[in-house]
Amino acid sequence: MALIVCQDASFAYEGNTVVSGLNFEVNSGDYLCIVGENGSGKSTLIKGLLGLKVPSDGRILISDELKTSETGYMPQQTAAQKDFPASAYEVILSGRLGSRGIKPYYSRKDRAIAEENIRRLGIADLRNRCYRELSGGQQQRVLLARALCAVGKLLLLDEPVAGLDPVVTQELYLLIEKINKEMGVTVVMVSHDVRSAVKFADHILHLRQEQIFFGSAEDYMKSGVGAEFMGGVNEL
Amino acid sequence: MIDTLREMFSYTFLVRAVVVGLLVALCASLLGVSLVLKRYSMIGDGLSHVGFGTLAIATAMNAAPLTVSIPIVLLAAFFLLRISENSKIKGDAAIALISTSSLAIGVMVISLTTGMNTDVCNYLFGSILAMSNDDVTLSIILAVVVLGLFVLFYNKIFAVTFDETFARATGVRSGLYNMLIAFLTAITIVLGMRMMGALLISSLIIFPALTSMRLCKKFKTVTVCSAIVSTLCFFCGVVISYIKATPTGASVVLVNIAAFLLFSALRYVPWAKLKSRFLPPKETGMPDRPDSHEREVS
Repeated sequence: MALIVCQDASFAYEGNTVVSGLNFEVNSGDYLCIVGENGSGKSTLIKGLLGLKVPSDGRILISDELKTSETGYMPQQTAAQKDFPASAYEVILSGRLGSRGIKPYYSRKDRAIAEENIRRLGIADLRNRCYRELSGGQQQRVLLARALCAVGKLLLLDEPVAGLDPVVTQELYLLIEKINKEMGVTVVMVSHDVRSAVKFADHILHLRQEQIFFGSAEDYMKSGVGAEFMGGVNEL
Repeated sequence: MIDTLREMFSYTFLVRAVVVGLLVALCASLLGVSLVLKRYSMIGDGLSHVGFGTLAIATAMNAAPLTVSIPIVLLAAFFLLRISENSKIKGDAAIALISTSSLAIGVMVISLTTGMNTDVCNYLFGSILAMSNDDVTLSIILAVVVLGLFVLFYNKIFAVTFDETFARATGVRSGLYNMLIAFLTAITIVLGMRMMGALLISSLIIFPALTSMRLCKKFKTVTVCSAIVSTLCFFCGVVISYIKATPTGASVVLVNIAAFLLFSALRYVPWAKLKSRFLPPKETGMPDRPDSHEREVS
């Protein structure tokens, strides 16, 4: 059952095409990893999948069962957030906001969902801590919990492990895998880390201003582009 | 002290000024938290200068100052927001451009009509005598609207302040709420401007938020704390200005500076040590107290 079908889609900023020729589909339960160099159009594509950016050409078909208010999204952190006075709990609960519509306050159910995700990610000890005083890995977990609060069927992650040390990175990958396998949430992740991408994801989409590979992770390793890119990673 | 206060409030103009001032201080401090965190502090400053220009024009036309100013400043808020969202134009430069232009227009209009006199000084630095009875009614209505909308949209304002992209991605109309914040700010600034002065009104927005951020670690406590700090500082400022016959706006700002310094100093008090010495140790709970969060060295 296809959740997202991309048909020959292109994205452009002010007339300059950033990425073009996108043809792929994401099925329910998939774990898709979007890889590619800086400026290859990965984050732009995520914005397109979220409906924040309209394709300049082609189409993105989003299945009816996927409502925007039920898509979890974990964006890259902004500078302003680094010194934001908010408790982790406040941040996590704000993930429920999309599903509230115009209703101004959170219900008991929203709080229960927030608590559940706090437990799931093992961050109960952080809930009353100040967001700006958490370490990078803890902040990412809080943001992941927030994304899970919004999640229905699809979770989009934009470089969730950027700037984290190897141990924390590994933990985060395991968490995401758990979310994919145990909760049955479809995961689409942007990453620089090709090795982990191949290890955890079942599908790979490789971009370089255009789509140069889409298929299963095993095929990717066998393909020329995959071997080259994974070999190239060592030099980075 | 009680006698001084009683004497002070026997003047109706002072009662009016204090009522409106407290409401404005409250609104400004609530909005200020969001504006400071969104790096929009300059918008408040820009709007107050636009307000100065419109005030001068309104006086020249013999029109009611608030009814002329509010629509124009709302319009300015809309444009300033657009400018800072559009990355092509440098936001801060554009705001400086607009604020100095309105300042110049205002000064020109005043000098051509009434001539450069105490009016200019009153507009720039505020006057406690500025409030008429009609103004008070309108101010109270608008302040209540601002407060009501803020409380109603508190969660949305938090989400949009913390992470606009995420809010937008999950279906919150962040553009709408940005506009709401800007509009509420515009109204608050126009209401408080004549008392605090065009040059000083933005301090009501920025100071309480920054002061409470010295100590508070949650968005909710920051918001509540800055509301309390702001109203207290305003009241103390007015009382001081009455006793010492100093300008109201400047007195309020000075009290705010004192509060800011006090909170900054309190930050360095070793709360955890004091607590462990005077209070029996407690394992969990105590979410809101600043002393329960020790700084983590990461």
